[in-house]
Amino acid sequence: MLDASEGYTTEDGRKIGAVVMEMKNITLRFGGVVAIQDISFDVREGEIRAIIGPNGAGKSSMLNVISGFYNPQEGEVWYKGAKRPPMKPYQVAQQGIARTFQNIALFEGMTVLDNVMTGRIRQMKAGLISQAIWKGKAEREETENREFVEKIIDFLEIQHIRKTPVGRLPYGLKKRVELARALAAEPSILLLDEPMAGMNVEEKEDMSRFVLDVNDEFGTTIVLIEHDMGVVMDLSDRVVVMDYGKKIGDGSPDEVRNNQAVIDAYLGVAHD
Amino acid sequence: MAQSSQAADGLASIPALLQRNATRFADKPAYREKQYGIWQCWTWAQTEKEIEALALGLINLGVNEGDFVAIIGRNRPYFYWSMVAAQSVGAIPVPVYQDSAAEEMAYVMDHCGARFAVVEDQEQVDKIIEIQERLHQFEHMIYVDPRGLRKYDHHKLHEFSHVQKQGRAAHDEFITDLKARREKLDYDSTCVMLYTSGTTGKPKGVVLSNRNIIEASRSSSEFDRLTQSEEVLAYLPMAWVGDFIFSIGQAYWCGFCVNCPESADTMQTDLREIGPTYYFAPPRVFETQLTNVMIRMEDAGRFKKWLFHKSMAHARKVGPAILDGKAVSAVDRFKYWLGDLFIFGPLKDTLGLGRVRVGYTAGEAIGPEIFDFYRSLGINLKQLYGQTEASVFITLQPDGEVRSDTVGVAAPGVELRIADTGEVFYRSPGTFEEYYKNPESTASTKDAEGWVATGDAGFIDAESGHLRIIDRAKDVGQMADGKMFAPKYVENKLKFYPNILESVVFGNQREQCTAFINIDLNAVGNWAERNNIGYASYQELAGHPKVLETIRTHVEEVNRSLAEDPMLAHCQVHRFLVLHKELDADDGEMTRTRKVRRGVISEKFEDLLGALYDGSTEIFTTTEVTYEDGRKGSISATLKIIDAAVVPVGTPEKVAAE
Repeated sequence: MLDASEGYTTEDGRKIGAVVMEMKNITLRFGGVVAIQDISFDVREGEIRAIIGPNGAGKSSMLNVISGFYNPQEGEVWYKGAKRPPMKPYQVAQQGIARTFQNIALFEGMTVLDNVMTGRIRQMKAGLISQAIWKGKAEREETENREFVEKIIDFLEIQHIRKTPVGRLPYGLKKRVELARALAAEPSILLLDEPMAGMNVEEKEDMSRFVLDVNDEFGTTIVLIEHDMGVVMDLSDRVVVMDYGKKIGDGSPDEVRNNQAVIDAYLGVAHD
Repeated sequence: MAQSSQAADGLASIPALLQRNATRFADKPAYREKQYGIWQCWTWAQTEKEIEALALGLINLGVNEGDFVAIIGRNRPYFYWSMVAAQSVGAIPVPVYQDSAAEEMAYVMDHCGARFAVVEDQEQVDKIIEIQERLHQFEHMIYVDPRGLRKYDHHKLHEFSHVQKQGRAAHDEFITDLKARREKLDYDSTCVMLYTSGTTGKPKGVVLSNRNIIEASRSSSEFDRLTQSEEVLAYLPMAWVGDFIFSIGQAYWCGFCVNCPESADTMQTDLREIGPTYYFAPPRVFETQLTNVMIRMEDAGRFKKWLFHKSMAHARKVGPAILDGKAVSAVDRFKYWLGDLFIFGPLKDTLGLGRVRVGYTAGEAIGPEIFDFYRSLGINLKQLYGQTEASVFITLQPDGEVRSDTVGVAAPGVELRIADTGEVFYRSPGTFEEYYKNPESTASTKDAEGWVATGDAGFIDAESGHLRIIDRAKDVGQMADGKMFAPKYVENKLKFYPNILESVVFGNQREQCTAFINIDLNAVGNWAERNNIGYASYQELAGHPKVLETIRTHVEEVNRSLAEDPMLAHCQVHRFLVLHKELDADDGEMTRTRKVRRGVISEKFEDLLGALYDGSTEIFTTTEVTYEDGRKGSISATLKIIDAAVVPVGTPEKVAAE
């Protein structure tokens, strides 16, 4: 394991920094069901970290632990060098961790623009009265935030649906809008829950390009869950593999690919 | 040929026009582009500064006079500036279709020996890096959008804004050089080189001089009385001659503003926001728009539908006449006014055509219904006929003499001649200088007296004096019995049906005509939805029995209308099939300007063509397809071959006489 203080440089020349988040011996139970069992791994600044595993391996639960939706019964979450006390999701969000959802969770009746604007809620400080009479601070804030949101809309190339209600969009675009909303929060860590599920090849390629660009352009640390092995291996710097709530592999895509336990979990073990 | 070698007021080049505009129209808008949801504007004075900075930056990078600079990107002010900046330093801009595959790009860039390229983004940079090894003369690349390019080797890669910054820094050093180069430009120096789309064979580089571009722009602007206050939306490919004439030639001549959409997908919204007064679109765009309107009307309530159809019927009756300034009764005028207030006005506004004073369509034949629809709304839509070699304009329709089946009278300064073979020839100040590095083709196209063969067969309509185009001269063939075979004519008739996107008619040296047909997924898909017909793919929809039945009725209607024309009655379609895939430029079946490549198609689908003539009722086939990223795959399908009823010809009709 690398020392926490130093980073490394990837093959394509990206500088990966020190450990920014560390999961230590996390165990999560729902009654008698053990969803996550004694898992530890770390996330370094600026890297793309993937969590993979077959269905029901506990990947989404893991993401929900990071985002504060579940509090694990055992184990500790360390974030930016400090142990994180049990938190509500909004508190985690305030710490700069944003996410997208496996089953898209947008406001269907609102336009793309309004949806993305909701991602800026953390940056809006104006009080209720100021908002209501729409003077001074509230107006200024709206302008600033709109400008930021427009840059993200431009970045993700969704200008043509800016004013379209989300409910009318096809699936692939909704996923992109969700990413836009997460980015609007200016996160330091971005959690993506199956960003490419249900997409065709072309949409997957577009999405991969956006994920790489986000990482490259904003330096955002990305933790993603994905089913598609090809995508994961191409995108990520390091991969955690889970199976039945346990960690069965951790390392670079190549290491993981050649790991016997991983091969067994994905392809099944021959009975002989 | 008598040509003035001196331009009026010394305005002999585009950079010279820019200087004039920067003084005369200093604070009037020259360019607008929507970015981050807001229209950004550059005045002529600012534009001049931007272009000067870029030109100085180009000199700094080592651009010499006579160099070729490839320009690859969608319509953005930066690329228009790049063209004029290249001209200012004595180089020749070569706009390239930005959706070309790397292979096609390699051919063009190698052929002109481009040393520099100004490109849009990472996608284009990657393409050029891929082909760079084959381009011996190629040196520097300038990109506009830095996204994703930070880690690239920047020895020969430069960001647009940095080049401008360096240019500004080197202002004192190079400004005299720039001025000297700019002043050297005259009417004979090359303005731009444009590659033809290459319907047959390799693309050819058409060299157009300042005389060609400025004379063509001047006379056509005068023809339609274009002024400084026009607004245009630049959305057609920059590598196409039309965009060069409209967005640079005429824009610089008149000094009007060129508006660039936010992205290719927002064109419709941007069109509405800008409300252009001068608008050009190929028939396909008008067709799509009309189809969308009709589809949405189908979904409207009964009262709205009734109101729409009622007022449209009246508009069809009197609209074109009012537009042409003919006598129309006061009652009809009042009814039309009411319609305009409640229906046409808002509709035009929604389409973004509310302010159009002059609208043109060209490139393909436009369906009479489509043409009449727009004209009856009160939009002054006209046709023109032109080609790259003529700097666009050969014929134009004057106001008040507009018809859907002709392309108008000779443009100012253009002489027309119809050869014995039926081929149309022209001679004009806009006539191109030569095909670059291709004297044989130049000689076979343009004769010593300056007459240019258009490659189109046509005739002058006796009654109106307008030119009428039948088909490509080389496509006009003979049936087995020696009668004229004009495939394009039949294809266009078929394509006028909203359900049919594309068609290819065969019959050269054959007993009878047959056709491949592509359905329009939009129109047919909507119909399927309304009729509760489920489908999972284009292929499945294209093979649905009810769809085939609908297409058959269309083909039979076309046959009936063909039968009325004694010249073309024998071109009726006897058998046809609906293709399982859309014809696509990526597969080489069409050109980038979406014209079908007959030869490629008949080779590629040889098995299908065989089945059309051997009497079989269905055929299994596998076709290779190319995805947008260049990878290949294949699709297979069993296609039904349908017989269409034809009206018997050849038997003299005596019955009517009795």
